[in-house]
Amino acid sequence: MIFYYLKLGWLSIRRNPWLSALMVAAIAVGIGASMTTITVNYMMGSNPIPSKSDQLFYVQLDTWDPNTVSDDPFEPPDQVTYNDAMALMKSAPAYRQVASNRSGLVLEPENRDETPFNVDARNTFADFFPMFEVPFLYGGGWDSNADEGMERVVVLSREINERLFGGENPVGRSVRMNGMDFRVVGVMDHWLPVPKFYDVTNGAFNDSEEVYIPFNVAIEYQLPRNGNTNCWKTPDGSGFEAFLNSECVWIQFWAELRNEQEKQDYMAFLAAYTEQQKLIGRFPRPLNNRLDSVMEWMEREEVVADDAQVMLGLSLLFLLVCLLNTIGLLLAKFIGKSGDIGLRRALGATRGTLFRQHMVEAGLIGLGGGIFGLGLAWLGLRGVEILFGEFIENLVTMDWLMVLTAIGLAIVSALLAGLYPTWRACSIAPAGQLKTQ
Amino acid sequence: MELGPIWRAMMRNKTGAILIALQIAVTMAIMVNAISIMQERSRMMARPSGVDEANIFYISSVGFAEDFNERVAIEEDLNMLRSLPGVVDAIQTNSVPLSDGGWSMGLQTEPGAEIQGTGVAIYFVDEHGMETFGLELLAGEDFSPGDVGWRERSDTEWPDKGIITRAMAEALYPDDPDSALGSTVYINDDEPLTITGIMKQMQAPWNGWSGVERVMLVPQHTLFGATRYVVRAEPGRRDELMPQVEQILADSNKGRIVRNMRTMEETRERSYRSDGSMIKMLTFVIALLTLVTALGIVGLASFSVSRRTKQIGTRRALGASRSAILRYFMTENLLISIVGVLAGGALAVGLNMWMVDAFDLTRLGWYLVPVAMVLLLLVGQIAVLGPARRAASVPPAVATRTV
Repeated sequence: MIFYYLKLGWLSIRRNPWLSALMVAAIAVGIGASMTTITVNYMMGSNPIPSKSDQLFYVQLDTWDPNTVSDDPFEPPDQVTYNDAMALMKSAPAYRQVASNRSGLVLEPENRDETPFNVDARNTFADFFPMFEVPFLYGGGWDSNADEGMERVVVLSREINERLFGGENPVGRSVRMNGMDFRVVGVMDHWLPVPKFYDVTNGAFNDSEEVYIPFNVAIEYQLPRNGNTNCWKTPDGSGFEAFLNSECVWIQFWAELRNEQEKQDYMAFLAAYTEQQKLIGRFPRPLNNRLDSVMEWMEREEVVADDAQVMLGLSLLFLLVCLLNTIGLLLAKFIGKSGDIGLRRALGATRGTLFRQHMVEAGLIGLGGGIFGLGLAWLGLRGVEILFGEFIENLVTMDWLMVLTAIGLAIVSALLAGLYPTWRACSIAPAGQLKTQ
Repeated sequence: MELGPIWRAMMRNKTGAILIALQIAVTMAIMVNAISIMQERSRMMARPSGVDEANIFYISSVGFAEDFNERVAIEEDLNMLRSLPGVVDAIQTNSVPLSDGGWSMGLQTEPGAEIQGTGVAIYFVDEHGMETFGLELLAGEDFSPGDVGWRERSDTEWPDKGIITRAMAEALYPDDPDSALGSTVYINDDEPLTITGIMKQMQAPWNGWSGVERVMLVPQHTLFGATRYVVRAEPGRRDELMPQVEQILADSNKGRIVRNMRTMEETRERSYRSDGSMIKMLTFVIALLTLVTALGIVGLASFSVSRRTKQIGTRRALGASRSAILRYFMTENLLISIVGVLAGGALAVGLNMWMVDAFDLTRLGWYLVPVAMVLLLLVGQIAVLGPARRAASVPPAVATRTV
């Protein structure tokens, strides 16, 4: 029967090509606009590490200024101090944990004629790689002995390896950065978590870093850091040592806790640590430490931009206008077929049959609108990419889910739009329509 | 006028009219709010940074070699830059307006850790700062060469002088901003610093910061490893100077790299890129939306004309003129549109109230609502014109045919 309805629907669509085209276009435009913004919002809000997002926790310790009046209630700072990070690394009871921060280094290529250039770097610990499930092309991360022994080792991104070594296996070779030689231990495969959850503070949609070196090495040699640094209190005295011992926050700290028990133990440790630090005059505010899972942290940091949400709202209203449009046009069309419908009713078609038949027709129009709408959404995303430039390029790709959503949304919209006109068409009394003919 | 009959005829077949009115209402809600957002963004983008944007460019220098002496390099670089033909002046500093990265501190008029300071953006400059940025001193005096010191990355001491913007003076001394000049303020809770100058205006590096006009110039050179030179060119000579400066800096010292050379104009463009893009996107949305709504009106009006062909013929046969038929459809559309824009006005205000609440947007300008109403009434009249003229051209003879 469905094929018969499809055929009837197709014939009916072809009978008023302009009206049908207008309906398909209205749905397509609405779907195109809303899918463009839905995709951007979906990418911004997507889970960057679905396999273990509820086992990774961002650690916040409230070491901040007791006199700040601007946060009410008190918000703990979004990064941790050096001393706290080191204390947690040393004794906090996590399955895995890493402190890391953003940095920039100057890389001198082997070929002396090439000019040195800047690379984005991350100072981190051995657990970074297994904890965040970093894929490797060659070699792997370093182990914790390298952290403790302050070995000068480096993990390269795939892209920087292509630039430096033409994509060949460089494990064991050395790379010169900031006047020091680092031994390559691994090359990542393409790795680009969206959002870049492990360091939202320095840009939630930035690219991943190009080189990764042991945190302890960066401290030992006082390598530059270029991430966000916040201080509520001036360091006591001058010099790097004073900075390290200060209340300045500049390190992101993550812990991997596999179950509720581990989480509670960790929380208890943080509380005990805070109490102990209060004895020496730190942590002046009331106890307020936090462990946020990946998605909780994304939400707290409001990773999905307001602009994207505003555009999403407006584009959904836009879709509503397009649907009102379609309802009007479908109504016009179905009422125009009153004679037809009357005849079929007189010949024995039930209301249910006619209802199904017309819903199939509406669905067909929706499918057409969805397909064209998908094309428009693709164009829309290219437009967004051109307008906003590089910072958004990781957000404007549609995955299969988005493609299916587009088609599904179009068909559902068309069916919804078809409900009222179909109901009206089916309630036509056959006698009234046949009279004049 | 035949308003009564038109209204009654419409009421006999409400659905089409209601659909059009609803479409107009939602269109208007989107339109008014989109325009309001666009206005807010363009107001933001129109704010001056306070510096001579047309002629300024800057470049970063990062030392990496073991034997790189930053202090010597800065002195040599500045001498070289200032002596280049075409350069008005040059400084070494930490940041520039609109660049989105910089240093901020709190200033307070009384010492003490328990007092909340007023946030201020810090630019480290020397006695060439005012001239290089193109700033205007309202009162007090500029720095002299003797004021300028050197600051290591981990230094915590501050010099004893600073020049602040008028906006900062107003924030510190809301009752008497003029008293800021010569007054002592406290940085780092209790370190005294004297305000030796008030400048007219300059923006902080962060364009979205509520205190974007609160700035202080501090007389220090920075030894942070990475630094930035700001160069002000004579009008029209910026573009020829840029490659020259980059080349000379790169060649003069092999222990560092230079990078990220950018004009202030480009910095402005990048800084407001998302706002500019938002404006373009919203413009596109409004245009497309108006088109969709207009096409909807055309479609439904055409349908209603073809359904009523026989009645039109009858009216014509009974003596109605072509213009009377035209007027009938135009008036019908006007009535529907008025209902639509009235509902749209309410919807627009409601949507705006919600967005102000949820996204901290600004409230609508009241005049946007009537302007949008008139605009949409016009769009409706233009859209219905085609179908209405087709209706007017229905010959009276149609009335005599049976189908």
